[in-house]
Amino acid sequence: MKVTIDGFPIDVEPGTTILNAARMIGGDIVPPAMCYYSKLEGSGGKCRTCLVKVSKGSEKDPRPMPKLVASCRTTVMDGMEVQNITSPEVIEARKGVVEMLLINHPLDCPVCDQAGECHLQDLGYEHGAAKTRYEFDRRTFEKIDIGDKIQLHMTRCILCYRCVFTADQITDHRIHGILNRGDHSEISTYIQKAVDNDFSGNVIDVCPVGALTDKTFRFKNRVWFTKPVEAHRDCDHEKCNGKVTLWYKGEDVIRVTARKDEYGEVEEFICNTCRFDKKKTADWVIEGPRKVSNKSVISANHYDTLKPLPVVKANPQLQQANKEQFERETRL
Amino acid sequence: MLSVQNTDTPVTFSPELKAKFADVVSRYPAGKQKSALLPVLHLVQAEYGWVSAPAMDAVAEYLSIQSIEVYEVASFYTMYFLKPQGKYMLEVCRTGPCEIVGATPIMEHIEQQLGVKEGDVTEDGLFSWRGVECLAACGFGPVLQIGPEYTFYENLTKESVDTLISDLRRKAGN
Amino acid sequence: MARKLLLEHINVPGINTFDVYRSKGGYAAVEKALKTLTPEEIVEEVKKSGLRGRGGAGFPTGMKWSFLAKPEGVARYLVCNGDESEPGTFKDRFLMTYIPHLLIEGMIVSSFALGANTSYIYLRGEMMPQIRILEKAIAEAKAKGFLGKNILGTGYDLELYVQPGGGAYICGEETALLESLEGKRGNPRIKPPFPAIAGLYGCPTVVNNVESIAAVVPIINDGGEEYAKIGIGRSTGTKLISAGGNLKRPGVYEIELGLSAEEFVYGDDYCQGIANGKRLKAVVAGGSSVPILPANLFLKTINNEARLMSYESLSDGGFATGTMLGSGGFIAYDEDQCIVRNTWNFARFYHHESCGQCSPCREGTGWMEKVLHRLEYGHGKMSDIDLLVDVSKKIEGNTICPLGDAAAWPVASAIRHFRDEFEWHVTSAYEATTRNYGLAHYADPLNAVVA
Repeated sequence: MKVTIDGFPIDVEPGTTILNAARMIGGDIVPPAMCYYSKLEGSGGKCRTCLVKVSKGSEKDPRPMPKLVASCRTTVMDGMEVQNITSPEVIEARKGVVEMLLINHPLDCPVCDQAGECHLQDLGYEHGAAKTRYEFDRRTFEKIDIGDKIQLHMTRCILCYRCVFTADQITDHRIHGILNRGDHSEISTYIQKAVDNDFSGNVIDVCPVGALTDKTFRFKNRVWFTKPVEAHRDCDHEKCNGKVTLWYKGEDVIRVTARKDEYGEVEEFICNTCRFDKKKTADWVIEGPRKVSNKSVISANHYDTLKPLPVVKANPQLQQANKEQFERETRL
Repeated sequence: MLSVQNTDTPVTFSPELKAKFADVVSRYPAGKQKSALLPVLHLVQAEYGWVSAPAMDAVAEYLSIQSIEVYEVASFYTMYFLKPQGKYMLEVCRTGPCEIVGATPIMEHIEQQLGVKEGDVTEDGLFSWRGVECLAACGFGPVLQIGPEYTFYENLTKESVDTLISDLRRKAGN
Repeated sequence: MARKLLLEHINVPGINTFDVYRSKGGYAAVEKALKTLTPEEIVEEVKKSGLRGRGGAGFPTGMKWSFLAKPEGVARYLVCNGDESEPGTFKDRFLMTYIPHLLIEGMIVSSFALGANTSYIYLRGEMMPQIRILEKAIAEAKAKGFLGKNILGTGYDLELYVQPGGGAYICGEETALLESLEGKRGNPRIKPPFPAIAGLYGCPTVVNNVESIAAVVPIINDGGEEYAKIGIGRSTGTKLISAGGNLKRPGVYEIELGLSAEEFVYGDDYCQGIANGKRLKAVVAGGSSVPILPANLFLKTINNEARLMSYESLSDGGFATGTMLGSGGFIAYDEDQCIVRNTWNFARFYHHESCGQCSPCREGTGWMEKVLHRLEYGHGKMSDIDLLVDVSKKIEGNTICPLGDAAAWPVASAIRHFRDEFEWHVTSAYEATTRNYGLAHYADPLNAVVA
């Protein structure tokens, strides 16, 4: 099936969603997605950040769709034409969605562990407005521990439901869920229960914001001061193949996560043993530094090539110092 | 009588109640017993006056679903009380059409007569009241309803509310 | 007197019982349909009748039925939507309370037409009395051989059950209703797939409003063509209008579509005018979701033609100067009512009823409520008015289900037509907390249209 997104044509299998077709094309025309997660069945459609305009329904029925549609849950038709960043209507609607997502968000990025790898930060930066028009008290919740390794800070949650789908589909049974309704909705276990499951830690990885954080990593460091390294181990859990990213600070592994792709989705879910209990270099076979997009704040100071400023170039002494500095910074 | 349950004590449903559950479950195709959840929660609430966590756990077990699925549903819908209420919960419609024919003065009157704020229980445990959204009786407003039968009282005036409250007091006294 | 198809026998004592209902010609449609018509012929009659969904959207019922997928060996379901929760609407409660067998008769005929052997009537949980009434009526019908196995010896089996909701406006949205019927939270599903392909338990399903189902009875009795002769244009048949608010005689009226709006408000057979000798200020014509109109624009279209109670006439003028028939929830506001307060009240309703699944509705409805509360209580700013319009636009059309639109329209339309009343709440903030704005110019004759 042929679909055109912002003028870029691509041939895709029937049943492909607009969002996934756009991801195949890549680049700026990929709609942002806060709730959709390709590894979680049934996810998507809720956050509305991926809204696009279908300006031509299909070759057979060329009428445009009357409303903007969620690209993550709309499958392509042959001959469909989609506008994302070429439609002012989409840009405006998306700006509205970002504003809605932020009005009750605490914006406590300076003390949030997710800062630097937070999808909401990226979304706000790329698609939002500079100022808020919301002048009321923001919704707040108490922080709670769900299990001894995971903290839920509901105040930051954008209700993407990913952690609920994860618990349903990856773990053997679900203990947390969405309680209440409307803007009182919250992720909770209702009565205090530990989320205790070999795969429960994956809810941290799927969380697009800092609502679910790894207690073994909390306040240890800002992610952009850590160095991600790909590693694996021979995990004996039948459903885990032990492929992870280790996050180093100096010589210490301060965090273990699953490996994530360019859309922030984990490549393979990992077990809690790998995530929480294997924090020594000796536990792992190191594969090499993780490639981090140069757009990410995490790449800052890490994977630069030595590009001395003109003033440095002119002075051999400075150039030597600069080289030493560069090596210090890029050393593991 | 309203039984208030200690949230730590497990709940066991009576055979009579379970028979009612079974009747509800029989309405759905095999394996779709989760459909019975809303009606079963109504039955539980009619029996105990509210829906406690142990009661929900017992419902989950009865329907072979996870407890969280019951909590999620019970907290989504407004009719299920997740904490004990007065024996008579006066639910006054406060939406548009009832509001323009005087729902707010009725609620203020009830608050004054019962001496408790919205959502609280009177000392004798008899009454609670709250404003609720449209009850689909807009031509007969102001209206209120009282569970578990959800009897309707229409075209309310301060006098008719007074009569209702004293009637209920008398009924409870007997 | 206008023709009555649904409420003809409403005043007959005992019409809520099987025997009296039967003696008035009840269940004739079941006999006719099951014994003399094929399911396809029934669908054809309903198509010919031009019946449009009475729950609010006004989608042609016959067409909806014809979309139902019919894969071999897969059960099909008919689910009746009795979640009636739209502020202003109380016709279904009325119908089920007083003439429950009409709905059951309609359910049998419709289920037969769709090939459903199990059908559900989903009622909002607050309608426990109606649930008991319907369950009693179902038991009566079953005892007389109109439900159960081999109905009237035709070989057709049907079980009919009543399902209570738990208190959630959103369950009036058909996919949220199906979720609720499956024992889940009432979160609307993302469409496609539509229920006609994958509805209840993933099977093809039709969801119809109580009144739509009831209307199938006269359509089968008299024929679709006869039904289509009533009404005007594409608004065929009769419609139940729930009239509430400041009316002399509120209640449920069965009107022939096309009745003049003025006749409906002031006519002796209908609402008999505004209560307490007051004057009409504004009207919500089809339930709280539809745009509110000032009295002058309600009674006359912008082109100075008499407004009629029909799908087309009420929406004449589009969103700029028109409204919608919606579910027929008619609310009249007299000169003493405050539009800002009413808009706040509606905004609170939608905030309370938003399921919270998608972000624009979850966050936007609460935001609008807070701004409107501020305006109503004298702390508003002039910029709040445009802010509200902008927030409503950010919600409208961007949500999973129509609740977002339903929350946005009343706010946008109130500001469109009553902007000076909103501004007065800012400029005379203190005064606005002590008295209402009054009728102002909202009932004045319309100015001639200038190009």
